[in-house]
Amino acid sequence: MNYNWNWGIFFEPSPEGVGTYLDTLLLGLRWTITTASLAWILALVLGLIVGVMRTLPSRTAQRFGGAYVELFRNIPFLVQLFLWYFVLPEVLPPDVGLWLKNLPNAAFWTTFVALGFYMSARVAEQLRAGLGSLPRGQKLAGIAIGLTTAQTYRYILLPMAFRIILPPLTSEFLNTIKNTSVALTIGLLELTARTRAMQEFSFQVFEAFTVATIMYLLVNILVTISMRLLERNVAVLGLTAGK
Amino acid sequence: MFSNFDFDVIVRSFGYLFLEGMTFTLLLTGLATLGGIALGTLLALMRLSSVPLLPAFAAGYVNLMRSLPLVLVIFWFYFLVPYIGAWLIGSSQPIAVGAFASALVTFTLFEAAYFSEIMRAGIQSISRGQVAAGYALGLTYPQVMANVVLPQAFRNMLPVLLTQTIILFQDTSLVYVISLTDFLGAAAKVAQRDGRLIEMYLFAAVVYFVISFAASYLVKRLQARTAIIR
Repeated sequence: MNYNWNWGIFFEPSPEGVGTYLDTLLLGLRWTITTASLAWILALVLGLIVGVMRTLPSRTAQRFGGAYVELFRNIPFLVQLFLWYFVLPEVLPPDVGLWLKNLPNAAFWTTFVALGFYMSARVAEQLRAGLGSLPRGQKLAGIAIGLTTAQTYRYILLPMAFRIILPPLTSEFLNTIKNTSVALTIGLLELTARTRAMQEFSFQVFEAFTVATIMYLLVNILVTISMRLLERNVAVLGLTAGK
Repeated sequence: MFSNFDFDVIVRSFGYLFLEGMTFTLLLTGLATLGGIALGTLLALMRLSSVPLLPAFAAGYVNLMRSLPLVLVIFWFYFLVPYIGAWLIGSSQPIAVGAFASALVTFTLFEAAYFSEIMRAGIQSISRGQVAAGYALGLTYPQVMANVVLPQAFRNMLPVLLTQTIILFQDTSLVYVISLTDFLGAAAKVAQRDGRLIEMYLFAAVVYFVISFAASYLVKRLQARTAIIR
């Protein structure tokens, strides 16, 4: 096959003038991790609120939570990203829209908010499932010993539910990292975008993609291992069968 | 608020959006689902087989695909498929592969990893006694799988398979990154040509929402019906 492999390309200076091609990719990886982490925090906060709302006795809260989840789950993330990036500044009052458009690092902030909201619907669904898997008696016991609804959630239900849903939350966090790559469409220079740029400047397609693949794999392994450790750390002894 | 918007642009480009864009999206979704389930089932069987190396190979493939962002995989295959094609027909130059074929290969291979995990769960949901009974009747491994295990596994997993298909339907919008004209691609092209970003992207969002919402509602009903039978 006619393909000129050149692994040395990673140590050649990149046309961006900030170092070698390897530095470029590592910088992209940093953007990926930063964006994904911040979006994940937002997703956890919003997902916590919406997930709890879906389990409250109030019909209004349930309906709002249900509509929220359906809205964010049934539109592709790319389309949502475009809505936040292109449409939102236009439908807001002109001065607010202009401020949004002139924001430095607009692509980063947009991705942070869009991805946070998108993933929060998934977190909310997981949390609802976790809360639903708890025996009804736990909630009743909380009320029986005189806790308010907020206290019952804070001290009894949520600590248990979060432990139960830690494994699916791990894969949702990994999804957050992977979804960050969609933001290359609005110009966020994360890992995939920089890999693509490297391929265009250097023509070394497969070297660039191989290294990006390895970086994504390493991040995945690292996250999976640390979440396993966390799971073991917070596990309540004798609670689940198997261990 | 919508006074200076021109929603007429949607009517004007209706044919392009749906006949070209949506047809591409639905065709890609349908074919990639069929291919993905076929390949995914094969991977699941490999993963559960007792032949040495097969389970490790299948697990490696599935884990690799599931660790990578779809956008990166789309780029990988966009550049790799011409070389694979050249290798297959023994040509010395990378061959030109149509955009649709390239996208189809990508989505089939990528989604196969997700479908295989679903099928693995489905196969494992069938009790071992049934497999043993099949062998006791003198059936061979392919016969046990084709006549006893897989039909039930498909049935048990049908709602999950369909849900994954809805996800696949939404994922096909990512072919935007290689400038293909799927539904979103068509909407984006009209949006940029006519300077009507807001109208087109809002409309695209509404269309995706309606289709996905209706489809997941149907899956939920199907799930409820199959649940009653059991």
